[in-house]
Amino acid sequence: MAKGSIVAGCLAPHPPHLVYAENPEQNEPVSEGGWEQLRWGYERLRESLKDVDYDVIVILSPHWQTYIGTHFIGVEKCVSKSVDPVFPNLFRFNYDLTIDVELAKAIHDQAKSEGMSVKMMENPDFRVDYGTLVSCHMVRPEWDKPIVSISSNRSLSYYSVEVMQEMMLELGRSTAKAIEESGKKCLLIASNSLSHRHFVTETNPPEDMSKEHITSHAMHLWDMRMIELMRQGKSQQIIDEMPEFCEQAIAETDGGALTWILSAMGVPSEPAILHGYGTIIGTGNAIMEWPCRTWGDE
Amino acid sequence: MMSGEIIKSLIVPAHPHPVLCPEKNEGWQRVRDAFDEARKQIEETDADLIIIYSTLWPSVIGHQIQADPNPEWVMVDADFHDLGSIHYSLKIDTEFANAWNEANIARGLESRTVSYQGFPIDVGSVVALELLNPGNRIPAVICSTNVYSNRAETTVLAKACMDVVKAQGKKAVAVSVMSLSNRMFTEPIKPEEDRIHSLKDDEWNQKILEFLSEGRLEDIGQLSRTIHDQIRVKKVVAFKPMWWLSAMNDNRNDLSGNVLAYEPIHGAGAAVVVLDPESNGTGDKEYDEDDVEFYGGDRGVLDSAESKSNASPSNSGPELYDPVEGKNAVNTNKAPKPVGAYPHARREGDLIYLSGVGPRQPGDNSIPGGPIKDSNGNPLNYDIKAQTRAVVDNISRILEEAGSSLDKVIDVTSFLVDMDRDFAGYNQVWAETLGKVGPTRTTLAIRALPTPIAVEMKVIAKI
Repeated sequence: MAKGSIVAGCLAPHPPHLVYAENPEQNEPVSEGGWEQLRWGYERLRESLKDVDYDVIVILSPHWQTYIGTHFIGVEKCVSKSVDPVFPNLFRFNYDLTIDVELAKAIHDQAKSEGMSVKMMENPDFRVDYGTLVSCHMVRPEWDKPIVSISSNRSLSYYSVEVMQEMMLELGRSTAKAIEESGKKCLLIASNSLSHRHFVTETNPPEDMSKEHITSHAMHLWDMRMIELMRQGKSQQIIDEMPEFCEQAIAETDGGALTWILSAMGVPSEPAILHGYGTIIGTGNAIMEWPCRTWGDE
Repeated sequence: MMSGEIIKSLIVPAHPHPVLCPEKNEGWQRVRDAFDEARKQIEETDADLIIIYSTLWPSVIGHQIQADPNPEWVMVDADFHDLGSIHYSLKIDTEFANAWNEANIARGLESRTVSYQGFPIDVGSVVALELLNPGNRIPAVICSTNVYSNRAETTVLAKACMDVVKAQGKKAVAVSVMSLSNRMFTEPIKPEEDRIHSLKDDEWNQKILEFLSEGRLEDIGQLSRTIHDQIRVKKVVAFKPMWWLSAMNDNRNDLSGNVLAYEPIHGAGAAVVVLDPESNGTGDKEYDEDDVEFYGGDRGVLDSAESKSNASPSNSGPELYDPVEGKNAVNTNKAPKPVGAYPHARREGDLIYLSGVGPRQPGDNSIPGGPIKDSNGNPLNYDIKAQTRAVVDNISRILEEAGSSLDKVIDVTSFLVDMDRDFAGYNQVWAETLGKVGPTRTTLAIRALPTPIAVEMKVIAKI
């Protein structure tokens, strides 16, 4: 069996506003559009991945928050409706997706063998979190690929960004090893924004773009700094600066997804492609792609 | 009318164990038994509403209030999914939910109701209602916790809720769903291995429960930030529920408290506490933080400077006076200071005559709904309904000081600075408030009022 591989890693933010603005048939609310800078960014990402052959999407979302280790969905068919408890006016999404339980279990087992606290989620009533749904939909709206859904272990809450990163670096290595042994070609998604300070009011309609902007200049500076580091392939520096970024930009990278994906890709020095940047209710969001498939076998 | 009250307050834990597997651990069973005891106590009252403030429903856009009359779904906990599922079908008092939302807005809060099929009711609310209110004997209402809200905002949220409790004459049970210390073990444990995560957490929990058993709810409210620093993992929301619950109980420290259970659930501190409004006789303690009636925080940050809806004190107009004392004068620090040398009201016989009352707030002189112009005279957008509600509230406070009340008002003269723009909104609030009492009324259009307000009322009432 050929070795499995990561064809690409993506930073794919999940504000439900993006799906709302797309008006897919699965989502109940109807919009006039909005957040085009980001949606066009996702278009560019989809175009970049159009001819890439892969078997499964592996995604870590900060909106499945677990405090007792890292969890993996272990139910093959997930069919239900997801209503965002924060923006229920924007996101009421009927989903029908397939989980690659075999790969999920393989990553789970590999991480467990490395001493991590992990757990399979096998309750058929479980609802998939909206972060996973939004990012997957924006990357692959056809929903024709199985996914592996990984929870966000909130170790940051209990310990520190440093400890969270140690765990996510290990989870990334375990993910890469399990993928390699699986023989599958995988697309990895880190589902998170960058700076994450929201406005606490909403425009009417929510897609009124005349009111959309970053919450503060400091947040903008941090977002641009992190994007530049990604574009320059300075993954290690991103990890090194993560504690300050999380603290000062209230960054959603505190959920571990970005550190995890960088680790799974081997903390790459290759540059990432910026497909788009924009703000959503004040938070900073970048769509990035690391085209691992083009990097060769070293 | 105006006879509603909180007849019981509860603090209950949020984890699903007491519903799904109490038999697996003696402590979890004791928590379950305490839930059952609290349920019996509620059933022995004439409660007609359960109000839930859940720390497990975070919100970003202000506060959200559940207004689906019958939310139904299957709840699975994000961490404890292996314990099973909870099918819920709840009965929500939608009239109260909508009124609370309006009251929030009237007090300057960002607020909205949610009513969507499939909305994920949080585990804490599901557990609380499953155990305290099986079969939906009593209608409920559920409110989110805003992740950014501070004490002032949370206090005003409770006061807005109490506006509606009183207006609708509810006999309400207020429930805060929360852990005490919230640090769980980060590894799976066997049920028999459960204990409070650390000695420090346990000691703080014991101290919190000591205060609560003495009915010192407001003291816990004032300790909330310290408690959060000491024994709370910094998850999505802070230790806010005591702010809300204390304000729901008029910031009292002399309630009658009873701790029904205190046990660990996966390391966190799980307590069931009942607080009754009867004074425990020890006397109230000093309340030394500024009490706040209206929220004037950073809401409206998306608005342009020209359309900011909240007033700053600098917009409040001319010099203020202490109300004039004298024979038959009635004055209160719960009403805004006069803009001239006159009292708030004056008794004559069995009648009380109020000086013109506007919407300005006592203390900070802010104007709910926003001023009508800035300090340079440039017109601003404002909310006439919020201003009118604030006028009625000020009238009510002055009347109460005089031993009267809104339902004894017999004649009102109203002044509007923009009849075309504002009459409809003013008239709507009138219908909801004084219109139900039935005083005679005259409404006049005038060019201006001394402060940047849009409405003022002159009132005569019986004592």
